[in-house]
Amino acid sequence: MTGIHRDEMLGLICGGVALALLSLLPLLTEGFYLSFGVNLVLYAALSTAWSLFSGPTRFVSLASAAFFGIGTYSVALWLDALPFVVLIAIAALASAALAALIGAATLRLSGVYFVIFTLGLTELIRQIVSWSQSRFAHKMGLYVFTDFTEGDLYWMLLALTAATFSVGWLINRSRLGFALRIIGDDETVARHVGIATARAKIVLFMISGAFAGIAGAIMAPRYAYIEPQAAFNPMISFMVVIMALLGGTRRLWGPLVGVVPFTVVMELIAARFPNESLIVVGIAFLAIVYVLPSGVTGRIECLRERLRRSLGTGVDAPGCGKIEGRA
Amino acid sequence: MQILVTGTLLGGTYALIALGLTLQYGAARIMNLANGETLVAACFVAFWLFSRLGVNPILGMVIIAPAALVLNWLIYAWLLRPLVRRAKNRGMLEVDSILATFGLLFLFQGLMLLTFGGAYFNYKFLAEPFSILGTPYALNRVVAFVAGVLVSSLLYLFLYHTRQGAAVRAIAVDPASAQLVAIDVSRTAGFSFALGGALTACGGTLLSTFYTFNASMGVLFTMKALIIVIMGGVGDIRGATLAAFILGLSETAVASLIDPGLTLAATYALFILVLLFRPQGILRRGAA
Repeated sequence: MTGIHRDEMLGLICGGVALALLSLLPLLTEGFYLSFGVNLVLYAALSTAWSLFSGPTRFVSLASAAFFGIGTYSVALWLDALPFVVLIAIAALASAALAALIGAATLRLSGVYFVIFTLGLTELIRQIVSWSQSRFAHKMGLYVFTDFTEGDLYWMLLALTAATFSVGWLINRSRLGFALRIIGDDETVARHVGIATARAKIVLFMISGAFAGIAGAIMAPRYAYIEPQAAFNPMISFMVVIMALLGGTRRLWGPLVGVVPFTVVMELIAARFPNESLIVVGIAFLAIVYVLPSGVTGRIECLRERLRRSLGTGVDAPGCGKIEGRA
Repeated sequence: MQILVTGTLLGGTYALIALGLTLQYGAARIMNLANGETLVAACFVAFWLFSRLGVNPILGMVIIAPAALVLNWLIYAWLLRPLVRRAKNRGMLEVDSILATFGLLFLFQGLMLLTFGGAYFNYKFLAEPFSILGTPYALNRVVAFVAGVLVSSLLYLFLYHTRQGAAVRAIAVDPASAQLVAIDVSRTAGFSFALGGALTACGGTLLSTFYTFNASMGVLFTMKALIIVIMGGVGDIRGATLAAFILGLSETAVASLIDPGLTLAATYALFILVLLFRPQGILRRGAA
């Protein structure tokens, strides 16, 4: 651990100011803009949590929706029995436990198995939940009635996003973060220098999953009536992947750059052309692969590098193409 | 007994779909997550041919398979070959191809939803009883199974008894060494990808004769095909065939003994067992 650099200090102050400004939103407006704000902050938290794990390791996880649904159900099942704070802790623990299971089954092997496993995971859990509800509880949905206003949910999600950022920042500075960057660059090298690669990946995946689970728990009061079909919505996973990759995962704040425009676009599409939304998602994926392989932030950094080199002040940096190739 | 027969009949169709994916992933090294969309598209074309023009689906395969071959070849040449060129190692190609085929998946699914809507489709083809060992089964399932076995046998003959087939097997084992014995790896990979698409389309055509399908079920079949491919060992034709029957049997068993809503759970249980105990495939020896 080193001391705090001046850059980091600046980032911290900017982040703090931004957080303070954003937290004013519920005081200024309600209705549409606030509910849009909730969506925005929700995806900000989910994408940042996603890129905590998938950014350095480059393992595409599609489990966000599963963690989210588990969080939602943790609240729905025990809302009458336990205080909300405890439920959030349960959501975090349950999601982390699921992440540990997925990790233990797949993260020892190559990345493809992991992608495939998480691809159907949400649907699997939905099937199991539906089946056990109809089998043992004889009803499909659960009611969640709380006193939380939309503003409360917004603040909680904002706090969660801030927490995700802080944890991400701490991980980056820790031995774990360093180990993961090496794993992402070359797993064989990582293993040879004595990093327990599987364990490092599993631990980080658990942290990332726990945050997604908490997000689900916070969102539960907003749905009021919770059924498997709505809580385990696979689209959430895909949206998170697109937003994070669109923004770029090489910086902690990269995903945010993708979250804002894509949430706006999807909101517009859902309002104007609801039938075409899947096509937009498809085009977004293709655009990421072919146009922005390292995301918007990666592209900006690369352009800045090129500019600096053309001015003759920079050291011999790798060309743009090389950086893009690393996405 | 009934479970055994129904499961085997289902496994025949799964085998065809999974063989398609084996060629695409094992030989062409493209993890094609839009594979299920090829299948669903074939279902719709077969449906359209049958209900509008009265074309027998089995004959319809003669039109559908070449069409899928051309379409998949175009996809490979235009979209995937640049990724293969760009990739520095296999891991990078995997991430890129996964994301790109996600794009295709949503694009095609969105287009099909626009065209056909989210409703379920089916048509009546040979919906008559056919008796095996005294128990009646739907004739269309039996016909689909027999056609599936025929197509798979043709593939087997092609792969193991022709030069072009040997080239496909060679790039599945090691693309770098295949180049040394004068195999045009890029072209052979494109051909394997296209052939894989055609096989999946055949599977889809056969599936449509007895299965109720809709525009958004592709992912589920991609998932099943992927699990079969991994169970069989990536690139292993015989392993994939065996795995397809295991999956067909266990799905049918779970659906009829426990609950039809839990078929995916059965698939996953198999998947986890394979990952834990035989990640290199059921027939293959040595470490993955």
